[in-house]
Amino acid sequence: MTTDAVTTDPTIDLGAGRRSGTATLAQARDDARGRADISVEAMPYLPPSSSPHVPAGVDPAALTWAETVAGPGYTHATVARGTRIRLEDVEGDACAHVVVYSALNTAERLNVADTQKIPWQAYLGAGHPLLSGDGRVLATIATDGAGGHHDAFCGVTTLAGNASRYGAGEAHSATAAGRELLRLAGTKEGLEPRDLPPSVSFFKGVRVAADGALEWTGAAGAGASVELIAEMPLTILIANAAHPLDPRDDYTVTPLRVHAWAAAASAPSDPWWSATPERTRAYLNTQQHLLVKGIR
Amino acid sequence: MTVTWATHEADYFDRSEPSVPGAVVLDEEIAPRAGWSAVVRAGHVFTLVDVGGNQSGDCLVFDAADHAERYSVQATLVAQRNAYLVDGSVLLSNEGNPLMTIVANEVERQDTIGGACSKESNTLRYGHHTRFHHACRENFLLEGAAHGLGPRDLVSNINWFMNVPVEADGTLGIVDGISGPGKRVALRAERDVLVVISNCPQVNNPCNDFNPTPLRVIVTDPGEA
Repeated sequence: MTTDAVTTDPTIDLGAGRRSGTATLAQARDDARGRADISVEAMPYLPPSSSPHVPAGVDPAALTWAETVAGPGYTHATVARGTRIRLEDVEGDACAHVVVYSALNTAERLNVADTQKIPWQAYLGAGHPLLSGDGRVLATIATDGAGGHHDAFCGVTTLAGNASRYGAGEAHSATAAGRELLRLAGTKEGLEPRDLPPSVSFFKGVRVAADGALEWTGAAGAGASVELIAEMPLTILIANAAHPLDPRDDYTVTPLRVHAWAAAASAPSDPWWSATPERTRAYLNTQQHLLVKGIR
Repeated sequence: MTVTWATHEADYFDRSEPSVPGAVVLDEEIAPRAGWSAVVRAGHVFTLVDVGGNQSGDCLVFDAADHAERYSVQATLVAQRNAYLVDGSVLLSNEGNPLMTIVANEVERQDTIGGACSKESNTLRYGHHTRFHHACRENFLLEGAAHGLGPRDLVSNINWFMNVPVEADGTLGIVDGISGPGKRVALRAERDVLVVISNCPQVNNPCNDFNPTPLRVIVTDPGEA
């Protein structure tokens, strides 16, 4: 097989197969090294400044993380306070299932109930804080370029659910369950399955009808984006997998782009800091939590 | 102002009776503001009585044999395509397996969106003067510790007898309850489950009608009538 046969279909494992003789160690080494010329859609960009997709207005030299995540696929990182994390739905069918933890103590993690209750608002949008169960802000949705097509009600699909619906849900399958991907991502950050709380989903929307019915509103379209601000040293798990309420018969998920760069944590001058009194106190709690540890 | 939380036996209390008849396996009262936990065996029915009316019973459910498998609000809501728990709702685990099924319910809708109160979130919702008010998260942590559970095991919970509407623009919050003295919810255990309850001590919102009252727990074995 030649590189001409390499597909950019992100749902297919991209091992390129036999390319040349590998009977001897020298041949095998040359063959392995020769594979580095393969370029596909879903891959990390290293150094991050070399990303072919640097977001507008961002200094490439400031990038700390640049990657296109396959669909299905996952990624994860522990980032510094003040990191700006941009997620982009490249083709219009990404779904970024996200869990965040304080990297100072991962027992402090996303609490979806508080994230909805404290702002008195169930729907995620610009300025919405992602709150921990400890009365603090882990991250803020700074910008929403997806018109509110997000969801905090439904979480991720399960192995059993995807096996029933699509025939398979394992991480190695083309119809991987979101929970299976988050489990793997978490494991690599030192977390166990019990550490996976309810998650939030970007780029697929759900609304609640008057009778409580959950209604699917789908995607915002290709190029939709959100930007998160890490308000603490933050561990973030991201699974790009079909949404549990996706009504389509076929498991559908397209690549997710991640860029992160060093920026500033939220400050009193940011509009969301004082958007509601509850949020102000959440930022004050966060500020004091870090202040007493000597973290600025 | 000094606030105390004395437990008064009120003449309007209604302790009711089990929703599903059977041999009584357990019959206990959860004092106002206290935590409670027990394993409910597969097939047994757990009845929770709102003795004083509009008293939130915050509830977590774990597989008794594997605590890593536990109630998932998100899996539960996805499966029923609805944000509220009603008669027939199946409480699913994070792996999508049935833990308990609501077999009787006398409140129009039960909440599982509003989460538990905590000393920490109280400071956000009501101000820093509430920092030393007792809270459900304290009860969950203390009851959970008896079973080897800790902060990592606290997930979004159910609030029996609490009312959390979601409006069209996404506004949601805790409003006056729609329960009353003696109203019940009953659940059949689909496997052996650990049930953890916090009889909510909150006095800064209407989830307890600003007056914490007792809850009664009755577990019956319908096979041993």
